[in-house]
Amino acid sequence: MTKVSRRNILKGGAAFAAGSTLGAPMIWAQNIKDVTLRQFGTGVSNLNDVANKVKEDLGFTLEMTALDSDSVTQRAATQPNSFDIADIEYWICKKVWPTGNLQAMDTSKIKNYDKIVGIFRNGKLTPESTIAQGTAPHTVGFTEGPDGKGFVDNESGWMTLIPTIYNADTLGIRPDLIGRPIKNWSELLNPEFKGKASILDISSIGIMDMAMVVESMGEYTYPDKGNMTREEIDLTMKIFTEAKQNGQFRAFWKSFDESVNLMASGEVVIQSMWSPAITAVKSKGVECVYQPLEEGYRSWGGGIGLSASLSGLERDAAYEYINWYLDGWVGGYLMRQGYYSAVPETSKAHMTENEWGYWFEGKPATDTITSPTGDALAQAGEVRDGGSFQDRMGAVACWNAVMDENQYMVRKWNEFIAA
Amino acid sequence: MALPIMAVLMFFLVLPIVMIVTVSFWQATEFSIIPAFDFENYEFLFGSNVTYRVFFNTFKYAFITWVFTLSIGFTVAYFLAFHIRSLTWQIVLFLLCTIPFWTSNIIRMISWIPFLGRNGIANSTLISWGVIDEPLDWLLFSDFAVILAFVHLYTLFMVVPIFNTMMRIDKSLIEAARDAGASGTQILWSVIIPLTKPGIMIGTIFVVTLVMGDFITVRFMSGSQSANVGRLISNDIALLAYPSASATAVVLLLTVLIVIGIMLRFVDIRKEL
Repeated sequence: MTKVSRRNILKGGAAFAAGSTLGAPMIWAQNIKDVTLRQFGTGVSNLNDVANKVKEDLGFTLEMTALDSDSVTQRAATQPNSFDIADIEYWICKKVWPTGNLQAMDTSKIKNYDKIVGIFRNGKLTPESTIAQGTAPHTVGFTEGPDGKGFVDNESGWMTLIPTIYNADTLGIRPDLIGRPIKNWSELLNPEFKGKASILDISSIGIMDMAMVVESMGEYTYPDKGNMTREEIDLTMKIFTEAKQNGQFRAFWKSFDESVNLMASGEVVIQSMWSPAITAVKSKGVECVYQPLEEGYRSWGGGIGLSASLSGLERDAAYEYINWYLDGWVGGYLMRQGYYSAVPETSKAHMTENEWGYWFEGKPATDTITSPTGDALAQAGEVRDGGSFQDRMGAVACWNAVMDENQYMVRKWNEFIAA
Repeated sequence: MALPIMAVLMFFLVLPIVMIVTVSFWQATEFSIIPAFDFENYEFLFGSNVTYRVFFNTFKYAFITWVFTLSIGFTVAYFLAFHIRSLTWQIVLFLLCTIPFWTSNIIRMISWIPFLGRNGIANSTLISWGVIDEPLDWLLFSDFAVILAFVHLYTLFMVVPIFNTMMRIDKSLIEAARDAGASGTQILWSVIIPLTKPGIMIGTIFVVTLVMGDFITVRFMSGSQSANVGRLISNDIALLAYPSASATAVVLLLTVLIVIGIMLRFVDIRKEL
């Protein structure tokens, strides 16, 4: 605000008056229409509806490209000039930030910064909560200054990513085909489900699901699941390779659609899954539960980062976009898909009381719950799997992570797939 | 006359291969590729028993697929060439064989998945006929499914060249053999097969190279549970390990060239054409 006003003084008193009464963005409201920002990221939040709404609300054009996690990481790390806005996960940020392809963001320009949930600021959902293992977002969320290349452990005022979306992941099950309660991660390797289990074939996420299972089986307790030693990786892979050779797994999946098809067709009754995949199975009329488990959730978080080459009007537009992002409309859209918004309270205004109660507060639905695209997801009286925001995000056992031994892990993962 | 062809081959064949070979000696960290001359990629490749298992798997797929595509392809071509008398019908039936090729490879492959699944058409039909009581799990996401898809996808590559050479066999040779008292089996074994060898060889080269270079069929039909060399390469590429992917590609290329070299020992295609 102050900066813009100073510029306006030079332009003349009239502009100054307009600038200070109407708010900063209005000054460049005319030429901003010519701005095009190129955003890329994983499919979860690269939604055309968002691009359309940006055009409508802010006037500039947002070009979206959706890629899988591996390609996103590659592109952020190797093609800094191919994007303006990177919509990436925090574990990807840990890999990409040191390359210098992203620029630090000034939190004083983020209107709703103070309302961002604690997970992304000091790591704590509530003052009493303990911080989960893995790459917790706040550990890679801040850097020392505008030109920072490292991470700092306090709210330095310069963020690497502005958090946008996150969720707590667990196993998906087919209750109709299992017919008994599932309470632990270890059930994934239960011989009862021989030939009917699946795990995702994305090494950095799959290894965390594996670790949850190994701990739940009582085979080993990791000092830090998010940063295993070579011995720990070997041990984890050994348990899963044995299970694979005994025919425990029906298939491995790599894309969202594959996981939906495996579950909906009944090929698989228990598997690692993502929240909207459950929704997709349900919308086919097939019973499917995102089963809360005693050991807790494996969580992930995503945010928006700015390309290092972004400057001037484009950068102003990007900040405007970020402020708009946290302003509630997108948050409401994402929350109605089962994700969480970084600033839940602004999203509330964009959801009905019934929706807010069902998705966020864990209350029984008072009416039919529909997805943003209009599919019915739950009927009156139903409660969200896992309950409220506090119940779900408060039970996170680990975050998606990048390990120091990442390359070794990836090689071992390839061996596991080939075994 | 040769210059344009040379230029095209240089640009689209020789240059990329030179690039791949060069990069295979480079080093890679997670995000950067460092030009170097280093045997690390090859050392890792030959030092890991996964590589040998995966290459064995690739040969296994190629061999079994070859056996099936050859026997089916030869039979179809033989029927078309010697049992159908009119040229019109030969053309009609031959075109019929190509109809599946009007859709893409991927679609033809993926359409097997609902058919072979646990609750798929195959299993439910077999159960309703009383042949089996429990669904057969090995129908899908197994080596069986992979080979079935390969055979389905690539049999035509066997049919076409074999049919082509069969059509060129002088019918009077067969009549002469019959006049000389040869039985049907003898004619097939001593006249038709030797004269069809170039077609068989061309079909074999097609099928073997296609199967050995494939990665997507193996990924989908095995439910990501089996690996061949192509998947090794695609995994490396996904993780930005281009040098290691290149090294694997070079080894695969050499392997395929050796296989083809051995095959060409048996039949001199140029002489036979």
